[in-house]
Amino acid sequence: MTYSDTTIWWIIAILGVGTFLIRFSFIGLIGSRPMPPWVLRHLRYTSVAILPGLVAPLVAFPAATGGTPDPARLLAAAVTVGIGYWTKGVVRAMLGGAITLFAVQYMLG
Amino acid sequence: MSPSTTKSALWRGVYASLPFIIVIVPFAMLFGVAATEAGLPIAQVMGFTALVIAGASQFTALQFMIENAPVLVILASALAVNLRMAMYSAAITPYLGDQPLWRRALLSYVLVDQTYNLAILEFEENPDQTTAQRTAFFVGCSLPLVPLWIGFTWVGAALGGQIPPEYGLDFALPIAFIAMVAPALRTVAHIAAAVTSVVLALALGFIPLNLGLLVAAIIAMMVGAEVERRMA
Repeated sequence: MTYSDTTIWWIIAILGVGTFLIRFSFIGLIGSRPMPPWVLRHLRYTSVAILPGLVAPLVAFPAATGGTPDPARLLAAAVTVGIGYWTKGVVRAMLGGAITLFAVQYMLG
Repeated sequence: MSPSTTKSALWRGVYASLPFIIVIVPFAMLFGVAATEAGLPIAQVMGFTALVIAGASQFTALQFMIENAPVLVILASALAVNLRMAMYSAAITPYLGDQPLWRRALLSYVLVDQTYNLAILEFEENPDQTTAQRTAFFVGCSLPLVPLWIGFTWVGAALGGQIPPEYGLDFALPIAFIAMVAPALRTVAHIAAAVTSVVLALALGFIPLNLGLLVAAIIAMMVGAEVERRMA
């Protein structure tokens, strides 16, 4: 890394302010003003539209295995989805996924 | 609004966030270790982690800095990774928007994947809460997570060394995100949006700056909304 100290502090400051402004954007500008129903209908799907896409490449091509699909991670992801979907329990789903990951990794040596 | 119900909402937020400690701690340590090994002094590592508090974008910025990329490329890529938080900001506004600007500004600072997704699950399950109760729950979610994120970045930076990859800690984050989103798959519309998101994110992975994810997310939201409209 060949940046000066000042440059690195500028990078940190701009990323900090920029990220804050992204987070503040809508809640800051809109506040308590009502939003039209069609907008609300789209926003209801924010979580389920972002997190699966964020996670999919990490599950399919994990960096830890050099990007090759890994049975332990694929199975752990499937178990986490299954438990979370059927029991609606976040903690149970996480534990089930973690146990599956370690169990399969152990069995495959 | 009695103080006791606000207080209990705060504690429910704290409890809901506790399982995510096992994700935050290793992830924060990894950033501390990686940033220190890349040559950043501890003051800058801590500046990063406390001002940006967004792990994925911090790792993105760090990766480009290690490659000595142009400053504009570093800023654009790291901020693009965080653009999903603009959608969180919009989606949380109907629940938390009705309060003074300074409070909305403070809440924005701790609007991260975990706090947003835990809060939205809670708000949709209990639609009759007041803004004060919702705010208390949201703040409760952030109380263990944000200090631990900052604290364990410091631990990672101070200890240095490497966490062996065979521990599978890299997979703590994906499992946590899946566990947060799976219970939200309540209707056909939610499932349709999630499937669209996965398929498009994988198909658009070639688009630089992580912008493929944004395109995938926007189309997935449109699919969810359209399925809901047709089934209503």
